[in-house]
Amino acid sequence: MPGTIQSLERAAAILRLLAGGQRKLALSDVAVTLGLAKGTVHGILRTLQQEGFVEQDPQTGRYQLGAELLRLGNSYLDVHELRARSLMWADDLARVTGESVRIGVLHQGGVLVVHHVFRPDESRQVLEVGSMLPLHATAWGKVLLAFDPAAPGELDEELKVFTRSTLADRPALDAECARIREQGWAGDREEAVEGVAGLAAPIRDHRGSPLGAVGIGGAVERLTEGGEFPPALVAAVRDASRSISRDLGAELFS
Amino acid sequence: MADRFVAAIDQGTTSSRCIIFDESSHIIAVDQREHRQIFPRPGWVEHDATQIWARVQEVVAGALGKAGLRPSDLAAVGITNQRETTVIWDRATGRPVHHALVWQDTRTEALCAELSGGPNGPGRDRFAATTGLPLASYFSGPKIRWLLDHVPGVRERAERGELLFGTMDTWVVWNLTGGAVHVTDVTNASRTMLMDLRTLDWDESILAELGIPRSLLPEIRSSAEVYGTGRGVLEGVPIAAALGDQQAALFGQTCFSVGDAKSTYGTGSFLLLNTGAEPVRSKHGLLTTIGYRLGGEAPVYALEGSIANTGSLTQWLRDRIGLISTAAEIETLALSVEDNGGLYLVPAFSGLFAPHWRPDARGVIVGLTGFAGKGHLARCVLEATAFQTRDVVDAMVLDSGVELKSLKVDGGMTANNLLMQTIADMLDAPVTRPFVSETTCLGAAHAAGLVAGVWPDTDALRAEWRRAAEWTPRLDDAVRNRMLRKYRKAVELAKGWIDQDDLQDETEER
Repeated sequence: MPGTIQSLERAAAILRLLAGGQRKLALSDVAVTLGLAKGTVHGILRTLQQEGFVEQDPQTGRYQLGAELLRLGNSYLDVHELRARSLMWADDLARVTGESVRIGVLHQGGVLVVHHVFRPDESRQVLEVGSMLPLHATAWGKVLLAFDPAAPGELDEELKVFTRSTLADRPALDAECARIREQGWAGDREEAVEGVAGLAAPIRDHRGSPLGAVGIGGAVERLTEGGEFPPALVAAVRDASRSISRDLGAELFS
Repeated sequence: MADRFVAAIDQGTTSSRCIIFDESSHIIAVDQREHRQIFPRPGWVEHDATQIWARVQEVVAGALGKAGLRPSDLAAVGITNQRETTVIWDRATGRPVHHALVWQDTRTEALCAELSGGPNGPGRDRFAATTGLPLASYFSGPKIRWLLDHVPGVRERAERGELLFGTMDTWVVWNLTGGAVHVTDVTNASRTMLMDLRTLDWDESILAELGIPRSLLPEIRSSAEVYGTGRGVLEGVPIAAALGDQQAALFGQTCFSVGDAKSTYGTGSFLLLNTGAEPVRSKHGLLTTIGYRLGGEAPVYALEGSIANTGSLTQWLRDRIGLISTAAEIETLALSVEDNGGLYLVPAFSGLFAPHWRPDARGVIVGLTGFAGKGHLARCVLEATAFQTRDVVDAMVLDSGVELKSLKVDGGMTANNLLMQTIADMLDAPVTRPFVSETTCLGAAHAAGLVAGVWPDTDALRAEWRRAAEWTPRLDDAVRNRMLRKYRKAVELAKGWIDQDDLQDETEER
């Protein structure tokens, strides 16, 4: 009679335990709770970690469920999970650039803002989570158009003109998307709102397909110099997009 | 002026951390190590204070190493700590006489019941007028008494003046100064149940009642002044602040004015409201505590309310009910419906705490109809945290007459946008999240940096506090009032569920 495999049972118990707590667990917590030797638990955790089912916090050495598990069940990523995993990086991006940060995903012909961090100054700002940005006229939207094969089909037949700078004709927009794919990020210069610029880069999953876009927005005078986006701002946005993608399991060197 | 850095040591319940901040309050380096949780019997929780001191030294060295700094680069160090945890040690050798008794440890429950004197006795509030606290096993006073009574030789040695008591702030400062300084700060002292909230000194009558020799006790100092100078790992660094963890978070959230409040949303939640220069005696079972005291300035008092089940409700929905697979999914599910569909949940899993105090209550979900679906269930689970926050805030407002201006939030649950919006809606006040999520360490660093002149005053700290997000109330008064009315009816239904024979069953199971 085929018996059960003990190490798989233990691995399942460890995964269930890690799924059970809101805080991350230390090796000793896992060992004590399951009544197993530390060495045994460590071996299993290391294997699970190699497979991406478990992640270890480099800071504290504690363990939590890994991004691979998110993928196994479904390729769909919960937008609230996306926010929870982006929180720290988005805060850092706002602090480093001094601008407000938004994270958006493709939704019903536009970009749904799922996370918003205020510009770190004294000004009064309103939380825009849940609001929509136009696909063809914002940095976030253009990132999705350039990288997400599903996005172009969501565009309206007639592209709405918001300002003098809106790219409202298809060939111009296609050329812009080719450029964005080439450089890896998108900028908009007053294309949706007069006086406002945006700069965004894609958040990717492990297959490299874009889950959404992270970017900064603000006064065109602050975001651009002589009509160009300063390399320091571009680097900050792309760093944030890479960090979030890495947290979501993307392999950046494949 | 050269770069000036301030370190914060957070001696917490599960780990010790050191965070180094620059003068713009940015985090430069973090190091964190865990210590052992010792469970000798059900309900008993101990820490090895010697191991904790070793961990504190490691994380200080670790953070300095990561930052590439030497102790001489630090303008000051501030300490924040798990509150109430009690250690007694030999003043000559520095060796603890016993493991530290941790705040969660319930071994003094029988002693507290005895001190309250039964049905005709003085009751659980016999020291509340003086200390702001009810007789409960959390606080340090009964823990000291337990160590005096149960560890062989300790009472005799204490009476000969050979031993010292401390909460973790005291233990860390004593060790950092090479045994030169035996002090505690007012916020930690306010959790011992031995300090008079008005005189800010140990209360002789309570000490006599509990049989605690005064020679054991540290000198009570303010939360921000130079207690001494570091030796060893922090050689030459002024030790300039100490605050209990929740008070440090209050300070880190810059709640410097009457009516400023913060809530830390974790598994459970802690809400503190700045009530100003006078201690407010609660009629609703909230704790009266010191918020902070800066040097020779007057102390700032606070009311504290805790909520037992907040983040744990999401875990319950995930692990017990199996409705969601990650904590973040509760928001997705809750947003799949427009409202709670008439469902109200009262999470009185082990009775109702502040401000209701009904141990005979149990959790209920009411308003069920055939229409109710899992989205409504997720929604009412989230709303329960907002209603409970409102309950505690209402009690605070009634007790203090202070109007809540806004609520500053921190903790893991601030990632949940719908929850934060619902809290703003139920409080009818804005809810704000700061950029620096490490508010506890930030508070300790700020207090120490004020002393060292890194920041000139609390106005400078307030000016530096930056909003990362703000949720403004947007619910109709009529809708809010109706929801609050329904929740209160649900609370009434939860009361009295437990009968005498249920209690007997529960006792037998233990």
